[in-house]
Amino acid sequence: MEDKILLAHGSGGKLSQDLIQSFLPDLTNPILDKLDDSAVFDISGRLAFTTDSYTVNPIFFPGGDIGKLAVCGTVNDLCMSGARPLYLSLSFIIEEGLPVADLKKILTSIKQAAEEAGVKIVTGDTKVVDQGSADKLFINTAGVGIVPEGVDISAANARPGDKIILNGNIGDHGIAVLSQREGLKFHTPVPSDCAPLNGLVADMLAASANIHCLRDPTRGGLATTLNDFAGQSKAGIIIEEDKIPADKAVLAACEFLGFDPLYIANEGKLAAAVAPRDAGAILAAMKRNRYGVGAVIIGEVVAEHPGQVVMNTSLGASRIVDIPVGELLPRIC
Amino acid sequence: MKFVEEYRDPQLGKKLLGRIHKRSRKPARLMEFCGGHTVAIFKHGLRQLLPDNVEMLSGPGCPVCVTASADLDRAIALGSLPDVIITSFGDMVRVPGSRSSLQKAKAEGADIRIVYSAQDALAIARDNPDKSIIFIGIGFETTAPTIAASILQAEQEKINNYYVLSLHKVCPPIMKAILDLGEVNLGGIICPGHVSAIIGSHPYQFIADDYGIACAVSGFEPLDILLAVDRLVEQIESGQPKVEIAYRRGVKPEGNQPALRLMETVFEIGKANWRGIGIVPASGLQIKAKYERFDALKNFKIDPGPTLEPKGCICGSILRGVSTPRDCRLFGETCTPEHPVGPCMVSSEGSCATYYHYGDSHGR
Repeated sequence: MEDKILLAHGSGGKLSQDLIQSFLPDLTNPILDKLDDSAVFDISGRLAFTTDSYTVNPIFFPGGDIGKLAVCGTVNDLCMSGARPLYLSLSFIIEEGLPVADLKKILTSIKQAAEEAGVKIVTGDTKVVDQGSADKLFINTAGVGIVPEGVDISAANARPGDKIILNGNIGDHGIAVLSQREGLKFHTPVPSDCAPLNGLVADMLAASANIHCLRDPTRGGLATTLNDFAGQSKAGIIIEEDKIPADKAVLAACEFLGFDPLYIANEGKLAAAVAPRDAGAILAAMKRNRYGVGAVIIGEVVAEHPGQVVMNTSLGASRIVDIPVGELLPRIC
Repeated sequence: MKFVEEYRDPQLGKKLLGRIHKRSRKPARLMEFCGGHTVAIFKHGLRQLLPDNVEMLSGPGCPVCVTASADLDRAIALGSLPDVIITSFGDMVRVPGSRSSLQKAKAEGADIRIVYSAQDALAIARDNPDKSIIFIGIGFETTAPTIAASILQAEQEKINNYYVLSLHKVCPPIMKAILDLGEVNLGGIICPGHVSAIIGSHPYQFIADDYGIACAVSGFEPLDILLAVDRLVEQIESGQPKVEIAYRRGVKPEGNQPALRLMETVFEIGKANWRGIGIVPASGLQIKAKYERFDALKNFKIDPGPTLEPKGCICGSILRGVSTPRDCRLFGETCTPEHPVGPCMVSSEGSCATYYHYGDSHGR
């Protein structure tokens, strides 16, 4: 096999077939192995269906790569609706010239992440575009899952009195990726938190049916997710600054770049609004899961200031937590 | 890296606040010079925690905000020249000039690229020998040495397609200009932190000596700012204005000599156009004749057209400390971070954006 991806790998001819055949051992399952035009499977119940495209620069970063991200991101989107993720599609748009070894590494990550999440890749596609028409590799995944009976989770379901729970440190993914970016390289010991959260969500649902909102604070960070809850539920949210966990190294990086960790992306975090009487049980269940060890109640939903998130600062003042505008840019001065 | 948590310790903060409340009796109107300070003050809610007689005003220390429309028009005009790549810090591309912005010019086909530093611009120059790369040099004494270094490096590497539009400004003269205008009756100034890391604290001595105004250099953590306020209150109460450094881990009285030398090698003091204030003599940095082959203004012919200021925008008087964003009838209505009319709403460290994002005691 060639050591770089060529345009011919996307032509539909022999090279395309070779490339796809080389993917199969990693992803093998009876539905995929048929290699028909569409995956055919039985499914019953309330279906959750989601899709997301993944572009990240660089494609390898501490704690993961674009492949792991593409599986975890879609798995997490499914389970944030309370769904049990089952099947994923996987679609590559490859820039001509990508080292085949890189693609292999990414495929291994995809396999590992899918295994951990217990999902199967059942259909896929590969396209190759001219150099400059894509940035190394773009991945699209779509996923389906089943929402169990009685589960009704939506960002519009928060009610006054609900407790806001977060499963651990914020900002790890965004800072890990940023630290590798050309022109901005700095050393940080923090890897990305990229992880499939369906196991954690299942544990939470087993502890209580009264989980009202769930969302993974990816782009836009925790601040954006909480504003989504407040806006869609037409309720206010109050959070406590000194309850929000973040790694010291992330805080330090945010300080010198002029960023607020509340706006930094996460890939293995979730925020939940849950009924107050069940908050203790949910928290305890989360802490028993490897992705919820750092779970903590950071605030609550209130009837006042609907649509707005307010933070009580460590010093005893309060301020609005707004949604970010545009891209985060490092400080000039 | 340490030095974050230590300066956010709530117990120490409450202690400092207690001391300020106990000591402060006289009215103390303080200006935080830096946009970075304004953000920190709002982010940590410090205004709510200070005694009623301590009033905080935001000053002109936001490099994006003070860039005049006329200078932006020049940058946009440079961008419309053939075979030119404009490189700029991110916030700048969104600031409206008289008729357009760099962002709009980009959408219309100009090659405008966001960079994190002048080094990135230099790299683009190396990679594109058949194009002219112009870096829009904004900022105060904090950024000027790095841009001076990029010019010296371009000279050393014989990179002959790299140019700088120097819109750099220096802080002490604008402080003097604001005090001479006599519009704001200040008791103390929280002097810039990162600027002072370069220039030291000596350049502020005239403020204490000639104007009788208290000075304290501050960092950007809540405890830094509270310590600076504590020092200013003490000076005001004792009637002994002086210049203190409440940011010793970052600032030495004599500043950063190698950085100052770099700046002096490449730049000389000249007039600068400040938005809302106008042309202030000896408040800017121009590229010296020796390095004029790197000076965008000397090497390209442009016609930026007549300058127009946005109607109803009061960024100018906000930058002088005379008005607050709440006094502007555009604030939060026609002027928002998504659709900014004036520069103070564009920059993440602009007063208007800060009031909008964090809210004050009146909410948003």
